[in-house]
Amino acid sequence: MLIYILRRLALMVFVLWGVTLAAFLISHALPADPAAAALGNNAREAQLQEFRVRNGLDKSLPVQYGVYMGRLLTGDLGTSLRTQNSITADLKQFFPATLELTLGAVVFAVLIGLPLGILAALQHGKALDLLARIFALLGGATPVYWLAILALNVFHERLGWLPGPGRLDAYSLAPPVHSGLMTVDAVLARDPQVLVDGLRHLILPGLVLGAFSAALLTRMTRSALLEVLSQDYIRTARAKGLKGSRVIWRHALKNAALPLLTVFGSLFGSLLTGAVLTETIFSWPGIGSYATTSAISLDFPAVMGVTLVAGLAYSLVNLIVDLAYASFDPRISFS
Amino acid sequence: MTTTLPVSRRSDNAALRKLRRNSGAMLGFVLLLLLLLAALFGPLFLGNPGAQDLAARLSPPSAAHWLGTDQLGRDVLTRVLSGARISLGLGVSVMLASLITGSLIGLLAGLLSGWWDEGLMRLTDIFLAFPSLILAMAISAALGPNLTNVMIAVALVSWPTYARLIRAQVLALREREFVEAARALGSSQGRVALRHLLPNSLAPLLVQGSFDVGSAILTAAGLGFIGFGAQPPTPEWGAMVSETRNYIAQAPWASSAPAVAILLTVLAFNLIGDGLRDVFDPRGR
Repeated sequence: MLIYILRRLALMVFVLWGVTLAAFLISHALPADPAAAALGNNAREAQLQEFRVRNGLDKSLPVQYGVYMGRLLTGDLGTSLRTQNSITADLKQFFPATLELTLGAVVFAVLIGLPLGILAALQHGKALDLLARIFALLGGATPVYWLAILALNVFHERLGWLPGPGRLDAYSLAPPVHSGLMTVDAVLARDPQVLVDGLRHLILPGLVLGAFSAALLTRMTRSALLEVLSQDYIRTARAKGLKGSRVIWRHALKNAALPLLTVFGSLFGSLLTGAVLTETIFSWPGIGSYATTSAISLDFPAVMGVTLVAGLAYSLVNLIVDLAYASFDPRISFS
Repeated sequence: MTTTLPVSRRSDNAALRKLRRNSGAMLGFVLLLLLLLAALFGPLFLGNPGAQDLAARLSPPSAAHWLGTDQLGRDVLTRVLSGARISLGLGVSVMLASLITGSLIGLLAGLLSGWWDEGLMRLTDIFLAFPSLILAMAISAALGPNLTNVMIAVALVSWPTYARLIRAQVLALREREFVEAARALGSSQGRVALRHLLPNSLAPLLVQGSFDVGSAILTAAGLGFIGFGAQPPTPEWGAMVSETRNYIAQAPWASSAPAVAILLTVLAFNLIGDGLRDVFDPRGR
């Protein structure tokens, strides 16, 4: 198993290097001038040239890439052309917000998708099954930004049940930053008011972002469980006189978990895509918003930084999913 | 030279029969047919999607404007139907571009084996690890936000799935007797690939392709919504939702109509994809 993990980690390093190279080549192949984008249309040629020299954009491509990689090996992702801050520092500031939102979305997706999928499979062919299938179909086809606009309009503007955009209300004082996760920092600061406010702000964007994942999870749980429930060993367990709940929890769900793990791996990509759109609408200061503003201003070093962090997270999630396979299914070996 | 392929006419007919009995897939086909008809013929009867009537701005649905009007008094139905042409065309074009690119790379990897296979599959891994929307945003921002660039951007991030799919098919098929027979009869690598391997890999490609048309439409509309896609006044569905989002309280129809159009189109392709998967790979249900 150790050899397998080491091989996968080596492959991950290679893939991430490839991501930097591909992102670098694509960003430099595009006919756009980051200097003009940063300084505006009225900038004089001398100013543009000074900007290019200051940011190393006047050097040849291999030199620029070499400098970038040299810095990257020391954990330095370069300087943002837009904010002029260290990109590593920018990402450290923005990433926790996205992580908190994504975790919130996963919690909602699991809380909705798993029970609904299980109930649909147990009530196969009945009204609840039909409702779950409709939810799964609609959830997978609904544009996340429209859902976000509707949710804000109904639950914030009309009903006033939940707060609007942002991570905290205007009157709430943000706790001292330790983890960057508002809820965790509020707990560390022993500030229940901010904790409740942070959690309330997480509900709408978390639900909106988690809707697609909940739909996918409902559908996959239902189909995985239906397949397992038709197996001989389930019939045998029932024939032995085992209680229905024990058959489901001990025999069926454990065997249905494997395909569900695959879903978790693929969910990550859709969550990141959804986060870009959700963060834009909910004014959520995460890496999705950061990537959007960086792309608008042709700040390619910042876009490359986000790409690399997202690629790393994607690769790690998939590695963890693959490793988790073995603990669920002893037939899988890593040799 | 002719070699009998395992994909026979009889199995094709059986698949078609199964598909016809699949109510979800049939619903998807009917929805898609209605959308196609509306996209093709609707704009011919409804006039100019950019025509403004400021006196009738934000009018609710009525006999004159079936889906109401937007903030500039433009007829929402006319714009939604004009947008159908754009979105359907975009979805199908992106799917075909990714399918052709991915299939070519997957075929080469599966056929050539060794270092070629390793190299091409690692390239696929690299593009799979890319956050697709962020890459598409960067490309679209640099090339200029318009429909063609959106298509290029989305296709560039969508091909790896096809490459993996077709490579797996080639690996499974290349040792089969009918492929060996074709080789023994003197068929070149290219002929084996195009006449034998590709036709027998069409089923999973068809399933993936159906899902990907919907997915491409969603991604492109998402890009349009955040300003990286088609620009106003182009009646692209994502851009239309974005343009009218601030009027959702007064005129919910203006942003909901294009959003529901996206939903129905993606739903149609997903239902068709589900149906095709049920027919060709019942274990994937």
